[in-house]
Amino acid sequence: MEKLRYERPLIKRLDGNMPNKFGMRSDYTPKTHIEGVAVKDLIKKYGSPLFVISERQIRENIRKARKAFETRYPRVQFAWSYKTNYLDAVCRTFHQEGSWAEVVSGFEYDKALHNGVEGSKIIFNGPDKSSADLEKAINNNSLIHIDHLDELYKIQELSKKQNKTVRVAIRVNMDTGIYPMWDRFGFNYENGQAWTAINKIMQSETLELVGLHTHIGTFMLSPNAYATAAYKLAELARNIRLKYNHEINYIDMGGGFASHNTLKGAYLPGTDISPSINEFAEAITTALINSDFPQNKLPLLILETGRALIDDTAFLLGSVITNKRLSDGRRSTILDIGVNILFTSFWYDHKITPAQPFTQYTEDTVLYGPLCMNIDVVRENINLPLLNNGEHLVVHNVGAYNMTQWMQFITLRPRVVMIDMEHKVHVIRDNETLKSLLDLEHVPDHLTKFDL
Amino acid sequence: MKINKHIAVSDSGFVFNPVTGESFTANPMGIEIIEMLKKEQTVEEIHAAVLDKYHTDNTTVEKDVAEFFELLKNFSLIDRHETTEN
Amino acid sequence: MKRPKIRIGVTGLNAIDNPGPGVPVIRGLLEAKSFDAHIIGLAYESLEPGIYMHDLVNKTYQIPYPSAGTDQLIDRLEYIQEKEHLDVIIPNFDAELYSFIKLSPRLKKMGIHTFLPTMEQFDERLKVNLPEFGEKYGIHVPKSEVIYQVSDHKKHMEKLGWPVVVKGKYYDAGIAYNADQLTGYFNKISAKWGLPIILQEFAHGTEYNVTGLGDGHGNTISAVPMRKQYITDKGKAWGGIAITDEKLLNLTRKFIKETKWRGAFELELMKNKKGQFYLLEINPRIPAWVYLAVGVGQNIPEAYVNLAMGKEVDAFETFESGKMFVRYSWDMIVNLSDFEKISTLGEL
Repeated sequence: MEKLRYERPLIKRLDGNMPNKFGMRSDYTPKTHIEGVAVKDLIKKYGSPLFVISERQIRENIRKARKAFETRYPRVQFAWSYKTNYLDAVCRTFHQEGSWAEVVSGFEYDKALHNGVEGSKIIFNGPDKSSADLEKAINNNSLIHIDHLDELYKIQELSKKQNKTVRVAIRVNMDTGIYPMWDRFGFNYENGQAWTAINKIMQSETLELVGLHTHIGTFMLSPNAYATAAYKLAELARNIRLKYNHEINYIDMGGGFASHNTLKGAYLPGTDISPSINEFAEAITTALINSDFPQNKLPLLILETGRALIDDTAFLLGSVITNKRLSDGRRSTILDIGVNILFTSFWYDHKITPAQPFTQYTEDTVLYGPLCMNIDVVRENINLPLLNNGEHLVVHNVGAYNMTQWMQFITLRPRVVMIDMEHKVHVIRDNETLKSLLDLEHVPDHLTKFDL
Repeated sequence: MKINKHIAVSDSGFVFNPVTGESFTANPMGIEIIEMLKKEQTVEEIHAAVLDKYHTDNTTVEKDVAEFFELLKNFSLIDRHETTEN
Repeated sequence: MKRPKIRIGVTGLNAIDNPGPGVPVIRGLLEAKSFDAHIIGLAYESLEPGIYMHDLVNKTYQIPYPSAGTDQLIDRLEYIQEKEHLDVIIPNFDAELYSFIKLSPRLKKMGIHTFLPTMEQFDERLKVNLPEFGEKYGIHVPKSEVIYQVSDHKKHMEKLGWPVVVKGKYYDAGIAYNADQLTGYFNKISAKWGLPIILQEFAHGTEYNVTGLGDGHGNTISAVPMRKQYITDKGKAWGGIAITDEKLLNLTRKFIKETKWRGAFELELMKNKKGQFYLLEINPRIPAWVYLAVGVGQNIPEAYVNLAMGKEVDAFETFESGKMFVRYSWDMIVNLSDFEKISTLGEL
């Protein structure tokens, strides 16, 4: 006789306060396959943990986002936010879908060039651009978004030296009624800094003011804040028109649209409260269309959406190392996925589902990572079915920031695979080995030998 | 290892201790083990029965059953005096 | 003429010392003259008293908490609908309204009618948005400020003055007389209901409440004001009297007309020494004391269901004055097997 699936014995005390999950149907469904490929097979072939990215989902997300904006507004351009996920295969999928590159460092800039993005289609943001970075960007005719006055002067100097006209925009920060206000980046709207910077640029012979940029925050749940921001940028554009009879080419609304993750401390899950891309599109395009721009001269609308386009395209697969009961009676499960590779577990209560069928019996569980560090907590409290050692789990919505903010800490970073449109699996980043790290290290001669 | 004999167990997984007034729910594996305890089966017999019926290994069963007994003790479902004598 | 049978799902069966509105709503529905109500209870916890009131509730199902998300809620409601063929659901908790408003088009496709405020109305009346709300509709509201860090209160205290009311986004409030107490409430409330925290000017005076029903086109279907006579330590009315203050009724009609309020609501107001009313809070649902409205001749639950079913409903013009309610508690004897069923099967 075939043996039955084992589940550990469980008994829970019932009390009136306890939400009762017994008898409820479909609290979870197992995530056994990703894009038609079995999780079990992926782990067998590529190891655990493993990042898995769906090419189909990336293409679907960017097409949906383009449609949301393009049906509401005549001129739209997306630029892929490199910092959100700069794996080449990911960037190139976005570039194939027509996205430009948006970078915030010399390293990211070089990566965009390496990916074959034309210099004029690279938007260079961020507070830290070295003289060398800027020279390169000026030579390539890239769009440089100025963050502070020192940078403005530096660009002016370089442009004179190179005798080149530089296409610039300024980053504007402003009060859009949301908290926290990101006033550390760019020039403030309300106190007139932005207007001062604009005047300096307009009076410069070598700088051409082509756009206005803002990025009001991250994981924004309020489309209205974007409408406010768009109105304020349109107001600046109007003042430029009145004073200089100069029309800017584009408005860059930055990124920050929330994904479907659930922020820690939120009462309702992200899937319920995060606005859809259509709601953001409606708010932004309505504000621009209703503003003072002449109808035949509406500026190009640039969007640097990162998280909302990539988060749900990626999964992190892992396995149970062991189950333990803590001294206070709580159940804990230790996974081979830790905060070293799942950085976003500091911000989110990630959705985590088993990768194999299970019963409706669940237990409140603390999920720990494998690191020998107390901070390594993946979920402080999650109601999970009973998992056995070696069984697999899937962490959902991990596409944004994890594959750029992960740490090589205590252990090596795992593989990343992409499943293509034909369900074929490609390794797009190898797992690190001891060699990949030792290649960077040098031991002084006198330290090469020791006796123990 | 003796389970408190007043404990009532129903098929739905509802476990009631009329002495303390506490109620519990258990999953089918939990109920199976409680039923075996009521029949006064030994720990070794319980291990063997589980291994025979389910797809698992000895270490896992020993660990999980021991932990389950701890829970039963904490919930006063196993008579403490009798367990210390065992 | 035979009254049509309407199958109605009702939440908020927690008729405890801080009661949910479910049980009084059901009493109103069972007294309806225009239909014959068949009641299905929807409960979150296995000790909600309404579950065990078999003369009021035909059957109860457990439903997942709002924090589990609408996907799980709709799964559960689909299962319930297969068995119960509900015509209407009346959600009675603040915390679940967002989910039900969001799901209402899908519920409609399943044949379940609701009569809820629009998402815009729901958002606009949120505590954090109350000052804008007051300004937009010309209704007096106490000064309030939203804070994300406890230290931020310092900027606002000159304007708000001590004592100050510390409120959570959805629930919970405390009156702080100094910074220490404020910090205490901030930590306690934000731990449970998240950020931001609202600081509201403490309004001195007498508290009044109004419950009512708007048809969504600006018309007042029902409005019954009440003055609390005895307040429990949880701030709930244990006794209250229906009053006929024209000022209050006018304010309520104005609220409905300006916002085109759709569905039931409760207004919490404070009358100061000068006789001015301040709007403290808008609860976008039926209050637990709704049976007083039924008792004075305005059966709000009945009208609610008829509006949900798309029927023409005449506005209630008058109500009997000189009536009050006194709440009491009642110990039921329940078979353990009932508790077992709801606990293990999620249905009873």
